[in-house]
Amino acid sequence: MSVTQQTLAVRPATVVARPVRSVWLGGLRGTDHIWAIAFALPYAAVFFAFVVYPICYGLWLGGQSQLYRQLFDDPRYLTSVVNTIVYVGVGVNLKMALAFLLSGFFMRKRWWIKALLVVFILPWATPALPAYMSIHWLLNGQWGMLNNVLYMLFGIDGPVYLNDHWTGLAANIGAYIWKNLPFWTIILLAGRMAVPQELYEAAEVDGASGLRRFRHITLPLMANLYLVCTLLDTIFALGDFNATYFVSGGGPAMSTEVLATLGIRYAFTTALPRLGVATVMTALPVLIPLVFILMRKLRVKEVQL
Amino acid sequence: MSLAFTAPMPARRQRRRRPFARAGAVVIGVGLLIWTLLPVYNMLLMALDSDADEFTGSIWPPDPNLDSFRSVWTEDYWLMEHFWHQFANSLFLGVGTMVLTVLIGSLASFSLGRMRLRGGWIISDVALLTYMLPTAFLVIPFVHVMHWYGLSDSLWAVIAAQVAFATPYAILILHQYGKLIPMELDESAKIDGASPLQVYLRIYLPLMAPALVAVGVYALLLAWNEYLYQYLLLSSTPNMTVAVAINQFFDSDEAPWNYMMAIAIIYTLPPVAIYFALRRFMVAGLTMGGVRG
Repeated sequence: MSVTQQTLAVRPATVVARPVRSVWLGGLRGTDHIWAIAFALPYAAVFFAFVVYPICYGLWLGGQSQLYRQLFDDPRYLTSVVNTIVYVGVGVNLKMALAFLLSGFFMRKRWWIKALLVVFILPWATPALPAYMSIHWLLNGQWGMLNNVLYMLFGIDGPVYLNDHWTGLAANIGAYIWKNLPFWTIILLAGRMAVPQELYEAAEVDGASGLRRFRHITLPLMANLYLVCTLLDTIFALGDFNATYFVSGGGPAMSTEVLATLGIRYAFTTALPRLGVATVMTALPVLIPLVFILMRKLRVKEVQL
Repeated sequence: MSLAFTAPMPARRQRRRRPFARAGAVVIGVGLLIWTLLPVYNMLLMALDSDADEFTGSIWPPDPNLDSFRSVWTEDYWLMEHFWHQFANSLFLGVGTMVLTVLIGSLASFSLGRMRLRGGWIISDVALLTYMLPTAFLVIPFVHVMHWYGLSDSLWAVIAAQVAFATPYAILILHQYGKLIPMELDESAKIDGASPLQVYLRIYLPLMAPALVAVGVYALLLAWNEYLYQYLLLSSTPNMTVAVAINQFFDSDEAPWNYMMAIAIIYTLPPVAIYFALRRFMVAGLTMGGVRG
């Protein structure tokens, strides 16, 4: 534990940003300053027109307090909050734990493991829409391939997965894990590869067993990266629309909706944009602290892994 | 003496443990392979089945043929009458996003990284903040705002959204990569009388080429793969992209699944090909900064 804390504390300090001298020393002057502003202007324009303005408009749309009274009286909203907590909590943590274990697995040097890694990237390369559609049909209760396989191998009739709240939610989570596991495995793999090999060699010379090397080298050095990845993916999962929309479709009877899909359904299917924005805005109390922590962590390290 | 005694010990222990470890690795490997390929195989299975109305429930396509792909090629079903036009729309969307993201991102990162624009940190902070913004949360006001801009049912509205969401990543990566290029190059060019625009064009862009490609491919794939904004911003058939067209199939009850899956596979091939062709590149670009999938 103390090792972990020490490394966490030491790490940012060791990453010293190389002082970058400016060509235009002593600050920009005259035309150079104008050039610099002109270069930054297109991004500023895009940012204000397509990010700031929609955000402000959204805040204005969702600013009425009676919307929230309406929401909290709506049982579908409360269900979606529970679903979102389960979806994010299980989806993110299970995936990150698996990604961490698999990144260790892919550290092996055998040729077939390297070949497997190439295939393993496939879900990440596949666009979300066809992937989730395929999973939707795969899980079809009557003629989906999964139940066919179960029948052929074990002679059992599998459940109608997407007709039940819990199996439907599990299917959404599984699909989300399927799609995003390769990405985080590769990030963590890169993190593991960045751990200096000498540390392991030194520990081995000192007679540390594999478990102890893991406990005292891998774990403390990876802890910060793992935390950053988990927090970042929590944000991504919170805003994930595709898995729920395509795999379970929010069904049966809107029992597997999460905040993102429910908000969009309110706004565009039932034409209640204010209620839709309010639905999504109830995630802000979780979202803002996460963004705040990540801003601090990523800024100090200048987004290096 | 003790050295000679202890040295063979780990080796012997390893040899004893190896068959188990190896069997375990093989089991994990096979499990991973099945887990990864099952949905992909399901896509192929559905696309290769010629009879869309009744599924035999078999695990192999009973009569595998490419009829559905041929039908997509010749567009002979009413839901895919404009398939190649929609494919071109998707391509336009991807390339437009790529060009604009690279242009705007490189200009901004040059300004804040090389010219050290005063208050440039605001740009990098804003970029980081936008990068973490869940785009699905922003879509409701975004659609309304696009309507006011006169961009409803326009591919440019989707391009605007994708550029706004891809540029922050571009700025972060380019800013990071730019630190590897010595400032002395800019300095000597400056002394030789080069204007900032010339430094940008002649020195910055050529030296940044690898990062620019990584960022460009990222933007292209983001725009190609994204669904929600295309679905909500594009409504008329001539403006639809492949992703929206596939969803029409998905929503329609009578639609033949084999056509839908054939389209889905054709839609999937370009990004998969790009990923595998530029695999090392993408992974390198990715590990330079935290990234979204």
